[in-house]
Amino acid sequence: MNAAPRAEALGDSAVLLHFGEAIDAAVNARVHAAARHIAALQLPGIVELVPAYASLAVQLDPACWSGGAPAPAQRCAAALLDALAAAPEARGSFSTTIEIPVCYGAGFGPDLDAAAARCGLAVPELAALHAAADYRVALLGFAPGFPYLLGLDPRLHLPRLATPRTRVPAGSVAIGGAQTGIYPRELPGGWNLIGRTPLRLFDAARTPPNRIAAGMRLRFRAITAEEFRALQAEEDKAAADSTA
Amino acid sequence: MIEVLRAGLLSSVQDQGRRGHAAIGVGRAGAMDADAAKLANWLAGNEADAAVIEITLSGPALRFACAATVALCGAEAELRLDGERIAGWRPQAVAAGSVLDCGGLRRGARLYLAVAGGIAVAPVLGSRSVDINAALGPCEGRALRAGDRLPLAAEDGLRLRRTPAWSLAPALWFDPDPQRRLRLLPGAHYAELEPEAQQALQTAAFRIAPESNRVGLRLQGAALRLSRPLELVSAGVTRGTVQLPPGGQPIMLAAEHPTTGGYPRIAHLIEADQSRLGQYRPGDSLRLRLVGTDEAEALRVRRAQALARVHHYIEQKLLEIRCGA
Repeated sequence: MNAAPRAEALGDSAVLLHFGEAIDAAVNARVHAAARHIAALQLPGIVELVPAYASLAVQLDPACWSGGAPAPAQRCAAALLDALAAAPEARGSFSTTIEIPVCYGAGFGPDLDAAAARCGLAVPELAALHAAADYRVALLGFAPGFPYLLGLDPRLHLPRLATPRTRVPAGSVAIGGAQTGIYPRELPGGWNLIGRTPLRLFDAARTPPNRIAAGMRLRFRAITAEEFRALQAEEDKAAADSTA
Repeated sequence: MIEVLRAGLLSSVQDQGRRGHAAIGVGRAGAMDADAAKLANWLAGNEADAAVIEITLSGPALRFACAATVALCGAEAELRLDGERIAGWRPQAVAAGSVLDCGGLRRGARLYLAVAGGIAVAPVLGSRSVDINAALGPCEGRALRAGDRLPLAAEDGLRLRRTPAWSLAPALWFDPDPQRRLRLLPGAHYAELEPEAQQALQTAAFRIAPESNRVGLRLQGAALRLSRPLELVSAGVTRGTVQLPPGGQPIMLAAEHPTTGGYPRIAHLIEADQSRLGQYRPGDSLRLRLVGTDEAEALRVRRAQALARVHHYIEQKLLEIRCGA
């Protein structure tokens, strides 16, 4: 039996439901189960659900929740807590698994050598440890389609770069503190770049635009530079075909 | 079609924003002064959510290939149509081939140009808003440049034989008086501020830092300190959330804010004041006041009622025009 979530008003038009305070796979699974449950209720006046590590933000249309005391955000929070209390205790299983091919180093991960030295590991060891773990997509945030992954081996925790890069190439696989993630397109960023995937993870012209979704399981598969180029050519062709 | 002759400092296509995609990291974007964009749309005979051009600090020069009806609301500007001064806050007839020059904005930061029928760029993920920070949306996800051509759906729009003599009184909708305070609800971490910081939040005059943009307003002033350090896990944030980074200079999140954030949430701008956030210029003074949930709700209802009244008034005036009065 899990403790009931706690509601925090984010001003007068949003509510943050807390399921815990830490980065934890079981707590995150409850967040995604709650998001699915609330989405399925199709309540009027709920305009946005934003799952994160240990919380679910709910943006509301206050006009739909208005009508004397309490104020709309408080009224909505109470309704959401009631709905979750009445919901069957979801196991929040991470069902879908996505495999992400990654070429570690080889010009695709400019920080790999320094990262390995810092962790006291040989370069192939770091890559093998990173690819061996079973990850869970905790949330998409920072930029469209950017996945924050749970499950990084504690031996691979690395401080962020002292000076963030202004341009991180699209597809870069990176470690920032206790987290690992993938830059879905060229962005500024301060994480350690250890490899790159040739997959186009986010394309606003596709439906859905994101290939990776919060709540998924994710595994990395190490590939060679030749495989990277072959896969990249396939991705380019698919993108060109879809816009043609 | 509209041709951009001169883009101005930062002009972009915006509507009321992109909803329903925050879970994949795609934020709302949309007009910074959403009410001014709505009013311009209503005056041009459009729905509130039609796409408009958001103009920032220095205005663009635009050539209209076809005759159109436009309306301009928001910041004060020296508006010229083919060299002649024109007024904002009313429907304005524009002849084919005319050039609208919006000049520099004198007071306020953002001006909205609505065109009858709307700017007809293709929507991306359900919205015509350009998210400049995320490089997402129509117009390649970027601000306008000289040489850009914007399609119009003018055949659907309001047609004017001549520009009416009336205009809306802007005072209710545009008030850049720096002495007027933006109103906040306390956030979860307000109680963690040192007592002096709690006081400073309501007594200090903050300055809008030059690096403020559509992502957020950075507030300069005496550093606000927490009574103990907080280590937070990133969580969803919303437009108007006032975050406090370790340096002590708060950031008030705006239209293009990231969907999640990990800084302490000391306060949140109330719904009734969201549009005013869009009219602060870098260097402006900003004062804040905390209110309770009941006052915030009363202010929200009052603002919504005032908007509904002015919408009704505009509809009546446009009906007179359409009936040839």
